[in-house]
Amino acid sequence: MPPAGQAGRKTSRFSPLMRQVLLYAFGLVPGLLDITQGVLGTLGANPVAVCLHAFGRYAFRFLLLSLAITPVRRFIGVNLILYRRPLGLLAFTYAAAHVFFYVGATRHFEGHILWRDFTSRPFLTFGFLAFLILVVLAATSTKRTIRALGRKWAVVHRFVYAALVLACVHYSLAFKTWHIEPFIYAGMAVVLLGLRVFKKPARQSV
Amino acid sequence: MPSFHYPVPPVCEITPRHLFMSRRAALLGVGSAVAAGIVGNGVSRAAAPPEAVLARGWPAQQAPTPKKDVLSYNNFYEFGTDKSDPAELSGDFKPRPWSVVVDGLVDNPRTWDIDALIKQFGQQERLYRMRCVEAWSMVVPWLGFELGALLRAAAPKAGARYVAFTSVVRPAEMPGQRGGLFSLKWPYVEGLRLDEALHPLTLLATGVYGEPLPNQSGAPIRLVVPWKYGFKSIKSITRITLTDQQPPTSWNQMAPNEYGFYANVNPMVDHPRWSQASEQIIGEGSLFSAARKPTELFNGYGQQVAGLYKTMDLRKEF
Ligand code: HEM
Repeated sequence: MPPAGQAGRKTSRFSPLMRQVLLYAFGLVPGLLDITQGVLGTLGANPVAVCLHAFGRYAFRFLLLSLAITPVRRFIGVNLILYRRPLGLLAFTYAAAHVFFYVGATRHFEGHILWRDFTSRPFLTFGFLAFLILVVLAATSTKRTIRALGRKWAVVHRFVYAALVLACVHYSLAFKTWHIEPFIYAGMAVVLLGLRVFKKPARQSV
Repeated sequence: MPSFHYPVPPVCEITPRHLFMSRRAALLGVGSAVAAGIVGNGVSRAAAPPEAVLARGWPAQQAPTPKKDVLSYNNFYEFGTDKSDPAELSGDFKPRPWSVVVDGLVDNPRTWDIDALIKQFGQQERLYRMRCVEAWSMVVPWLGFELGALLRAAAPKAGARYVAFTSVVRPAEMPGQRGGLFSLKWPYVEGLRLDEALHPLTLLATGVYGEPLPNQSGAPIRLVVPWKYGFKSIKSITRITLTDQQPPTSWNQMAPNEYGFYANVNPMVDHPRWSQASEQIIGEGSLFSAARKPTELFNGYGQQVAGLYKTMDLRKEF
């Protein structure tokens, strides 16, 4: 395999699968950098919280990116459909790490505390439901399940919209005061969802 | 000063003995007034063997939090909402010249210059646990004097029931005060009941780790009420007013169902969005496993302060 730096210039050399794998690997870099810094002790006084928050944001961004693929093809005419699955899997991976940093690293898998969290704290209930959906989508993203589910696959994967909405609510409730960032991201989510609702698909959607 | 009979547990109980003794040696070496303060008082009680110290439920993790963590990780929304913002964005703040007005229902209202205040009331070291409402905690060596000393000098009138504190508004020096649609209202305000304010644990801190308070920690003078959540300990105080009515307090105004006026540390009363049963110990643990310990009622200072709340339902008046 040539050094990673050449990937951009000579993409055509790589098979589609290889390009997917490369994108996934590059997508993991910011998280791996955070973890490296956290282990080295250069993330400040509370590295667990830094990673918890950073990974939540990465998950959200990759979720948005995965949902931008279809509008980009439809309205700009650039077909990046090959990259949708790795983007979705990145969203799932970061969400799983985000959940680990809460459930494992800060809550030490304490069942009764987590049960109270998920049942009585709305912002965590929303995050939990969003994560469950991402788990199902990731589990049904292999070639084999896609083939096995046939037309039902598209139906199942429409739940990604629900995950996005739930994640938006979770994000905006995640602070002591109202922060502006969640609303900016929610705005992007509304645009991405709106493009699907208000415009008739020009071609058969995938 | 007459108020030194209270400290149970003394400082030596929350500091591992070897650290405590080395600190003591340093203080005695300096021969400063600090040694005559609360730390010096703790010395006489240091005869208890270390095992007894551990048996009281304050294990060795009660050593002071590393200085770099204390000075780089805290909330001070005037500078920004991230915990790194105060240290990173407080460079423009000018803590001197500074004056503190003491007024309201007192016989001797006065505007104090900060240095006159320190000269008058001195500085003693107090090693206090600090429990943030966000469920993390530190152990901080403050320098300061008892708020009670200042209040007694002001001579509260008979009708005084509460103490209202006001911080500072300087958008030019405090980036967190510039705009922000949903931000807290400025100035930050806090309050205590008069008996809480007069309690010998209640400190006006002017230093930390043996140095003047840095900007991010509330320079040049801040409150420290160790049995209450950190947000009660208002920073950069400009005015202390004795009143007959419960004063408004910033976080309570923002979200009354989440932050009460009393805000006593209480593991039984959860914040709506997170459990208060335990707390993360800043400066310990690893990226994959944060160090935690159970939270104690009144942050472990129940022996000293529980009497203040005997007749109150702490679940209702949280
Ligand atoms: C079981 C599932 C989840 C749990 C337990 C969880 C837990 C948390 C916690 C504890 C916080 C920090 C709140 C605070 O400090 O007050 C947070 C913030 C956040 N979470 Fe989650 N979360 C979950 C699922 C998700 C999912 C699926 C996403 C996105 C796809 C997500 C995105 C975020 C974001 C963006 C933040 C804010 C980060 C920041 O900017 O500071 N979370 N979450």
